[in-house]
Amino acid sequence: MDVEVLSRLQFAFTAMFHYIFPPFSIGLGLLLVIFESLYLYTRSPLDEKITRFWIKIFAANFSLGVATGIVLEFEFGTNWSKYSRFVGDIFGSPLAAEGIFAFFLESGFLAILLFGWNRVRPWVHWISTVLVAIGSMMSAFWIIVANSWQQTPVAYRLVSENGFTRALITDFWAVVMNPSSMPRFIHTILGCYIQGAFLVISVSAFYIIKKKHLKFAQRSILIALTVAGLAGLVQPFIGHWHAVIVAKYQPTKLAAYEGLFETTKGAPLTLFGWVDVEKQKTYGPQIPKLLSIMVDGNPDTVIKGLNEYPREVWPAVNQVFQSYHLMVGLGMLFLSLSFISLYWHKRGTLYEKTWLMWFYVFSVALPVMANQLGWYSAERGRQPWVVQDLLKTSESVSPSVHWGEVLTSLILFAVIYALLFCVWIYVLNKEIQHGPESHEYAPEAGYTKTQEFMDAAITKKV
Amino acid sequence: MDYHVLWYIIMGLLLMGYAVLDGFDLGAGSLHLFSKGDHERRVVLNSIGPVWDGNEVWLITAGGALFAAFPEIYATAFSGLYLPFMFLLFSLIFRAVSIEFRSKEESLRWRKFWDMGFSSGSIISTILYGIAIGNIIDGLPIGADKEFHGNILSLLSPYTILTGVFNLSLFSLHGAMYLILKTEGDQQARMKKLTLKLYGVFFILYTIVTVTTLIKHPEMLANFSFAKITPLASHSIIENNIYLISIISWAIVILNILAIANIPRCLMQGKELQGFISSACTVMAVVLFFALGLFPNMLVSNIDPKFSLDIYNGASSVYTLTTMFYVAIIGMPFVLLYTGLIYWTYRGKTKVRKESY
Repeated sequence: MDVEVLSRLQFAFTAMFHYIFPPFSIGLGLLLVIFESLYLYTRSPLDEKITRFWIKIFAANFSLGVATGIVLEFEFGTNWSKYSRFVGDIFGSPLAAEGIFAFFLESGFLAILLFGWNRVRPWVHWISTVLVAIGSMMSAFWIIVANSWQQTPVAYRLVSENGFTRALITDFWAVVMNPSSMPRFIHTILGCYIQGAFLVISVSAFYIIKKKHLKFAQRSILIALTVAGLAGLVQPFIGHWHAVIVAKYQPTKLAAYEGLFETTKGAPLTLFGWVDVEKQKTYGPQIPKLLSIMVDGNPDTVIKGLNEYPREVWPAVNQVFQSYHLMVGLGMLFLSLSFISLYWHKRGTLYEKTWLMWFYVFSVALPVMANQLGWYSAERGRQPWVVQDLLKTSESVSPSVHWGEVLTSLILFAVIYALLFCVWIYVLNKEIQHGPESHEYAPEAGYTKTQEFMDAAITKKV
Repeated sequence: MDYHVLWYIIMGLLLMGYAVLDGFDLGAGSLHLFSKGDHERRVVLNSIGPVWDGNEVWLITAGGALFAAFPEIYATAFSGLYLPFMFLLFSLIFRAVSIEFRSKEESLRWRKFWDMGFSSGSIISTILYGIAIGNIIDGLPIGADKEFHGNILSLLSPYTILTGVFNLSLFSLHGAMYLILKTEGDQQARMKKLTLKLYGVFFILYTIVTVTTLIKHPEMLANFSFAKITPLASHSIIENNIYLISIISWAIVILNILAIANIPRCLMQGKELQGFISSACTVMAVVLFFALGLFPNMLVSNIDPKFSLDIYNGASSVYTLTTMFYVAIIGMPFVLLYTGLIYWTYRGKTKVRKESY
């Protein structure tokens, strides 16, 4: 067996499994800020109930994100040592910055967010919630900066010593603000907001169907639908901004996204379909000239097709085409669903539509899919390069690692992650079945000090 | 002092921070099964509950910093120690999830399973850290291509297993001192009894590890030796200040001996915080000795010393080291602030409530 194939499988598997969790944390993080701000403003028991219930759901998800995230940081070195040597001078810096600026902030204030409800003053708790949300977004920022440099490498020079080539950084800020980092960061964060919002929508819809915790569920779902709707509304514009940059810097990726083989003046946009790579044809309904219009506003713009490039630098065209189109389709679905639901809410008929509520209960899987498909398109579409036009994935593998070792770790990851996934679903389900608690007697969360003076000041009812 | 040396120092500080902080919660985990009954075990879990996650961030940051400042070291060590690092990951994941999920269900079997996960995860990761450090002291088969040329079996020698077990005794002692600080009554009294035994084991292992290391690798003492022992690799900073550095090193040795001697005294007199600080100082001293003994090498090749990776041929460009130095200088005060704030908020004895772990 081949170390490269096994290492790619392992990295894909561990990265995709990891990426189930951070979007929930980032999305729920924003919703927690909204819920708790409302609570600080209204001081109503209902808003307290909402905030504290979603904190519990947040907690069950957060630790899995952390635990599965460390794996990725290690894997660059364990499985891709030649890649690490090549990019270390550039790629390592955002990783270190992520640790210093984001993770410490996040994990520190998480302790107060999870265990501090009755231990610190409400505004201190609120600040902690805000800081955890900011920390999780900062962490996304730095890791996307690192990944974006691989998509659109700038501000580097290549240096060869003793037969090794390395990329050395020439301008730190130019790397941080590389052409694709901002659009990709915002695009990713909006995807996270939608995923977090759909978790809230799904659980709330379940309570609405079961006629349990109705006030709680209706207020939660309304806020979440608004977040999903707004994020979904902005997303196409950001996605478009991103696509323009892909067209400029990664033309093979764009051509694969759109299944475009021949360089075309006034290229059409295929809505959905099938790509036959052998016959070099893409089947499916097309809108003439739309791709050219989307890339730079001019219907006669020339878009380069895959045939401009040697076959060995093509990505897996049909896979990338499908994953990209599915992602876009799902994005459109989220946008229309949330707006039509908000309209029905205004008409007062939303909660009567049981079929829609049942759909929402299971709909949480869809944004998870959309986020995974987006990353799949971005990473798979960059192949065979690991750093666009500079370093191939096949040249990045650790030479000292034996295939047996990778196979062992891959199997163990599969077993452990399968177990984790089941436990995660089990625990989430338990929390959801248990439902929100009312806090009239305010049970102490976590942990108390021996000195009671500060707690006494805190538990004072306002 | 150039940026390479500064980054070696920053790596040392991150490693010390990690060993002291995660050291006690790994130690508490290793001793978890000694606590009897659900209540006591929940006290253990909740004593580390709000902080273990932040403690582990020191490891993540150290990993990121190593990648940024010394990518060659990162690449060689992580790919060379492939399976040990993978098992480290599995045990850390299992441990994290055990802490989180143990108390989500009343069933005894459920809780026993996660108790096992928490304690075995802690024990295995602690031993693996020790094995990794032992291998770095012992030297790795690194070739001219900077790659590792050994196999998994070459990583397990009597010496590295010894350092692995020693690390378990060190972290367990440190974790026990933390639990004494956090518990009261019967639980604390029993923990104190256990700690005295642990102390004996630690003391014997520390002596054996020190003697074996000095016999096998006398060059580890070169930077302490007032220029009497020739180091594997020299550095102008050491050569120019060898007397000062030797005096400081020996001062650390003496302080370490005093700290170790202070632990039983604190146990007897009930000085909980002082005892914990003493064990923390011991952990820091062990990291310092390791760092001082190795400098300026980072990974020693046992094929040919020429192939060793040091703070120069393993490092990033000076531009990156400079930029990241400023990033670290801006970031570290915040890190210390958050860490201090959290430990201050959760100071005092651990109480278990309905919503705790």
